Amino acid sequence: MKKILWSCLAIVLAILGLLGLKTYIDYQSGDHVSGDKVLNFYNWGDYIDPDLLTKFTKETGYQVSYKTFDSNEAMYTKIKQGGTSYDLTVPSDYTVQKMAQEGLLEPLDHKRLTGLGNYDRQFMNLSFDRGNRYSVPYFWGTLGILYNSKKYSAQDVAHWDDLWQPKFKQQLMLVDSARDVLGFTLISQGKSVNDQSDADLAAAQGKLTSLMPNVKAIVADELKMYMAQGEANVGVTYSGEAAQAMQNNPDLRYLVPSEGSNEWFDNLVIPKNAKHKDAAYAFINFMSKPENAAQNAKYIGYATPNKKAYDLLPAAIRNDQAFYPKQATLDRLQVYDSFDKTWTEKYNDAFLAFKMSRP
Amino acid sequence: MKTRISWTYLIFYGGWLLLFVIAPLLLLLWQSLNTGSGHLSLDNYGQFFTSGLYLTMAFNSVWYAFLITLVTLLISYPTAYFISQLKHQQFWLLLVILPTWINLLLKTYAFIGLLSHNGVVNSLLAGLGLGSHQLLFTNWSFMLVAAYIEIPFMILPIFNALTEIDPLLSRASQDLGASKWQTWRKVTLPLSMPGVKAGIQAVFIPSLSLFMVTRLIGGNRVITLGTAIEEHFLVTQNWGLGSTIGMILIFAMVIAMILTRDRRKS
Amino acid sequence: MSKFKWSHLYLWVVFALLYLPIGFLIVYSFNSGNVMQGWQGFSWSHYQELFGDAHLLEIVLDTLVLALLSSTLATAIGTMGALWIDRQPRELTKNVLLSLNNILLVSPDVIIGASFLILFTALGFSLGFVSVLLAHIAFSIPIVVLMVLPRLREMNQSLIAAARDLGANSWQVLSQIVLPVIFPGILAGFFMAFTYSLDDFAVTFFVTGNGFTTLSVEIYSRARQGVSLEINALSTMMFLVSLLLVLCYYLIALRPKKPAAARRRRQREVNP
Repeated sequence: MKKILWSCLAIVLAILGLLGLKTYIDYQSGDHVSGDKVLNFYNWGDYIDPDLLTKFTKETGYQVSYKTFDSNEAMYTKIKQGGTSYDLTVPSDYTVQKMAQEGLLEPLDHKRLTGLGNYDRQFMNLSFDRGNRYSVPYFWGTLGILYNSKKYSAQDVAHWDDLWQPKFKQQLMLVDSARDVLGFTLISQGKSVNDQSDADLAAAQGKLTSLMPNVKAIVADELKMYMAQGEANVGVTYSGEAAQAMQNNPDLRYLVPSEGSNEWFDNLVIPKNAKHKDAAYAFINFMSKPENAAQNAKYIGYATPNKKAYDLLPAAIRNDQAFYPKQATLDRLQVYDSFDKTWTEKYNDAFLAFKMSRP
Repeated sequence: MKTRISWTYLIFYGGWLLLFVIAPLLLLLWQSLNTGSGHLSLDNYGQFFTSGLYLTMAFNSVWYAFLITLVTLLISYPTAYFISQLKHQQFWLLLVILPTWINLLLKTYAFIGLLSHNGVVNSLLAGLGLGSHQLLFTNWSFMLVAAYIEIPFMILPIFNALTEIDPLLSRASQDLGASKWQTWRKVTLPLSMPGVKAGIQAVFIPSLSLFMVTRLIGGNRVITLGTAIEEHFLVTQNWGLGSTIGMILIFAMVIAMILTRDRRKS
Repeated sequence: MSKFKWSHLYLWVVFALLYLPIGFLIVYSFNSGNVMQGWQGFSWSHYQELFGDAHLLEIVLDTLVLALLSSTLATAIGTMGALWIDRQPRELTKNVLLSLNNILLVSPDVIIGASFLILFTALGFSLGFVSVLLAHIAFSIPIVVLMVLPRLREMNQSLIAAARDLGANSWQVLSQIVLPVIFPGILAGFFMAFTYSLDDFAVTFFVTGNGFTTLSVEIYSRARQGVSLEINALSTMMFLVSLLLVLCYYLIALRPKKPAAARRRRQREVNP
């Protein structure tokens, strides 16, 4: 019994010590979030230059409480269930559409947005949010093929169909996402990524199953790390991920097949139950300023939809066709529509059948 | 006095059971029976049991969980046994637990660094003239890492059971002429069985629903029921089918419990 | 004698395996590159980064406080649960209770997280430290029960009967006889609960609000950009501190002579 009492005492002391230490660090760093001048920002992990947050606080006086999520779906579930209140979050295109349909988003008052004119017109007013009623684009990118230029040339992977070549046996790494993998298969068959026909989906699944001998692994965010380490020579992934892999391994190249691909957008939106809407508007306006958007794009390595920010970027980045493709490719990119439950499930079942088709 | 203590147990533990186990369980059951049409039906269960895909997945899950448990047990039992014979057992036991305090994702990344195509293990193999091999994305590496994660959860209960055995018993057995091996088989093993069973429960059951390791190390070669549930709860938002698979997992757990239950009557 | 050495060799191998990935990530915390691959030279830069990151350090402290509090409370409740289950007269009741107990062990984290989230929002709970604490206590209880119960079953029933005959009341039986015997089980349960709490990602993610986060959630959401070596540096620090604590414990435990043996002796003395 004495032992138990001593253990409890030790634990209580440890907790008090930790709390004391925390107060000390809090006091030292002085970034204590308090009062009403606060912005509760719910973003992907590491998806903004931290210096910009400091700058924002200095300029506007709003303290930023930065919390993170790791997938659209997880963020959506959190916001939908309530119990929390975030002032600003960053869903991708199809999630914006879904959240807007379910009344989870606050319509934007365009009179309060000062920087809308800075954005490239072709990235505004898109199918997932007509008239930008709910969202302002944050970053954009494509789905494409990342390959090791030491092993293969651009000609080897110029088209989606090339992935089916026998020479890629056990060489491919795919991103673990039903929409993306079935999407490029549908494009390779001349169909739309938003195809809603059972016959087309069955045909795509059939074609995809014949890709399995070439597939080494189906992974998520870690794909870029594996590719950078040379674990596989060809990968299907997003441009943003590719950019990071290329930073770590200069032999890697990224391209968007000429027959088209998916283009995605991450967007700033204000959830319906936001408590500090003024802060959210202030932040959207802050991020719309060309110099801030350009700084962020340089830090993250993704493509900015802000035309004036693009003009501020170094020429080497601006002329990189892998990330800012030429107009002909841009015209062939497709945005995902939000699917209803039935079709989400059909795509997922088809993808699951593909994943389980391993011998 | 006795009843008062009983009541305390009941309020805390029973309260927990009610609020955090039975309530969510009923919620799960209700969702698995609710197909959105307003009335209850067994449609989701029908869908699961008629789908070749899900049955294969269930079979794979059980098979791999079994293999992982077996590997873990084979490594852990001797470890627990030898530790229980050391002088400073508690110290060594803490050293077994210590690695579990490092974040799982980080340890998995460390394994990737070790097993990757030009990682430490392959450099070692190449240095020995054995050439380099594809280690990641194989069933072996998946099982190795899964077993690695589970080993402390197996060692602990077995160790506990072993130290509880009165050392006089084995001494007596040896005095009576039994060899060390016979003593272990006839005395130690049967007496440590409760620990082994607790260990199996603590390892087999969670292994049915592993999901991060299956993707990072296994490259989604093995898809467990846990992966499917995660998908249904987050991606397809079909909580009905997700809950159904959850209920089936719980059922599998009950069967595992019955198979490993203590048959002795008190 | 030779067999003795074999067992030591075996233990060395097992411990080497257990610590291999840990050693690997510690070594790479000093890498001047940015990934756990390809050594690029020694550097303290990730440690400098870590100590400049007040945000991350606060999360670490929060995580530790949460883990200590939740595992202590879970151990207390779990031990009560084990005592309660153990005294059920019918085998069937025991099995039913145990099955219920294990449900949270078998359920994937996503289910637990989602259903706790529904539970908390239905009860009108605001999400934050308290909801996370409750959730952590809740999912740690079953493992404590699993660790304590075998000890109770192995306990010598005549011991308790003897104590009763000698006039001990329930509380005395509990505190003087039962608890000391099951203490190793309780300790094991505490450590497992602590581990569960430190490691959990999915449940915490769902039940936390905008004011509180834990290290696991932070690491998982940073994983989109690849886990930075700053996290390696942090883990190295945490590992070294834990190792230090274990060594301290070891030194303290060495001073009073062999408590385990003493306990056994006492037990035998009471044994008729």
